[in-house]
Amino acid sequence: MSTVFIALQANEETRPIIEAIEIDNPEAVVNREPAMVKIDAPGHLVINRETIEEQLGRSFDMQELNINLITLSGNVCEDEDSLTLTWRT
Amino acid sequence: MDMKTQNKKLSLKEKYRLLTRDLAWEPSYQSSDDIFPYIGYEGIKIHDWDKWEDPFRLTMDAYWKYQAEKERKFYAIIDAHAQNNGHLNITDARYLSALKIFLQAISPGEYSAHKGFARAGREFRGVGTQVACQMQSIDEIRHAQTQVHALSNYNKYYNGFHAFAEHRDRIWYTSVARSFFDDAMSAGPFEFMIAIGFSFEYVLTNLLFVPFMSGAAYNGDMATVTFGFSAQSDEARHMTLGLECIKFMLEQDPANLPIVQGWIDKWFWRGFRVLGLVSTMMDYMLPKRVMSWREAWNIYGAENGGALFKDLSRYGIRAPKGWDHAEEAVDHMSHQFMLALYQWKFGTAFHVWIPSEEDMDWLSKKYPDTFDKYYRPRWEHIKKHEAATGAPFNNFGLSKLCQCCQLPTVFTEPGDPTLTCHRESEFKGEKYHFCSDGCKAIFDNEPEKYIQAWLPMPALMRDPVDGDLGAWMDWAFLKDGQDNGDFATSQDRENFERWRAQSTSNQ
Repeated sequence: MSTVFIALQANEETRPIIEAIEIDNPEAVVNREPAMVKIDAPGHLVINRETIEEQLGRSFDMQELNINLITLSGNVCEDEDSLTLTWRT
Repeated sequence: MDMKTQNKKLSLKEKYRLLTRDLAWEPSYQSSDDIFPYIGYEGIKIHDWDKWEDPFRLTMDAYWKYQAEKERKFYAIIDAHAQNNGHLNITDARYLSALKIFLQAISPGEYSAHKGFARAGREFRGVGTQVACQMQSIDEIRHAQTQVHALSNYNKYYNGFHAFAEHRDRIWYTSVARSFFDDAMSAGPFEFMIAIGFSFEYVLTNLLFVPFMSGAAYNGDMATVTFGFSAQSDEARHMTLGLECIKFMLEQDPANLPIVQGWIDKWFWRGFRVLGLVSTMMDYMLPKRVMSWREAWNIYGAENGGALFKDLSRYGIRAPKGWDHAEEAVDHMSHQFMLALYQWKFGTAFHVWIPSEEDMDWLSKKYPDTFDKYYRPRWEHIKKHEAATGAPFNNFGLSKLCQCCQLPTVFTEPGDPTLTCHRESEFKGEKYHFCSDGCKAIFDNEPEKYIQAWLPMPALMRDPVDGDLGAWMDWAFLKDGQDNGDFATSQDRENFERWRAQSTSNQ
């Protein structure tokens, strides 16, 4: 299975988002690099608004991800509740 | 009595439909073919423009909101960088060479992409496509501007930052990136999307912005990290647009497959050649390196590109033609091109140097099969030569330039790193040179296009330069003894070391 990934800037705003990704994707591997965090997962990765809100303690708009997003890999599907990355093979 | 109003929040999908798709209309007194005259001649068949998907479903109001937020963050850091003498926090002044190449070769490319997307947004028919291109056009001009702003702070103190626009137009190594964008901008709208959306965004920018910007953080340059990551946050959207565009073409009509595959072959190779510059920045110019060019390629080229082509194989797409050649070349290209830059350092608006023993040991660890065998001996030879003659090792001969990618033909044959690769084609009685089979194939497919390319070496022989090196430097806005040459004897090095010493003492 090909690896999907998402990389976010390493800062206070992304800390709870990264925690939420770890909770929802037990297979994900979190790589902490200078100034950035790159999260790899086999074939599929999901980011859920609800989990982020629990970690953050406030409501969260999925499009806020745009601000601290560095890069991603995989087919993207986004709505107001989640963003998923998928490779089909 | 209060009126009851429905105050239900629109879903993302509904909002996107209302604020994007509903902006379209069917023309009544002009034909669609007259309004969009360029979407047919490349041979791509589109049956239903509404099938175009923007997975981010970004509407203009949300776009402005988040881009404004990115800009506020960016300028807060740029101000802090300027106010706190941020230029003295970098590891050492060698790092500046990577920034100069970036400003001279890459930032003007962002501006070209801006122009190209403005055009593509006008030429495509579907409204989803138009809006996505319009946003990307605005993104790209933002990137050019923020990069110029961030690096203008270095221009106050160091050489080589003063004339990036002229350097982009007149110096030889910058013409590599310039020709890439010129080629894309003079192609049809669908090919443009593959060139920039796919090749530049998906194959190139990850390799350029992600490990390199992480490297900038390692080297203490907060200004560059900030513009890099701020730009890259848009790139995630651009990559997705490029990928969606490929899927859209492939899903619309099976006859599109061979055309799309041809563009993937072409633009992968063109992008890979531009990476020749980036590979030297990563392996040689960052004083503190976060990963080697090879390691970055493994993650963002081989693994990520491989996953993409595997995913697209359901449409019949295969990996690009030059894929295997590229895999082999990755262990050689940074060394071959850095050796070329070193011997032509009188003609570069940045400084180069012979790597220290420590740096060479690092390179041999990262390139165990190639560095000690092929490249350390060449550096040692240059060192010995300089010690014996007391003069810098310069090569005043002119290299053949590849008519396609415009790099000097310094790369080697697939399978034989001791033999320079050279190909040629004849067209209408003239001979044209190439660095590789990939570039020759691109030329042979469209010779009428590439014979018109502006090449830097012929410019050296034309009026007003007429083959005079000093006159060429004046014409190219390159100040001899300041902008060019070995780092060891440069003003940049002397000034940086003096200012840094002052910043830690009261003398």
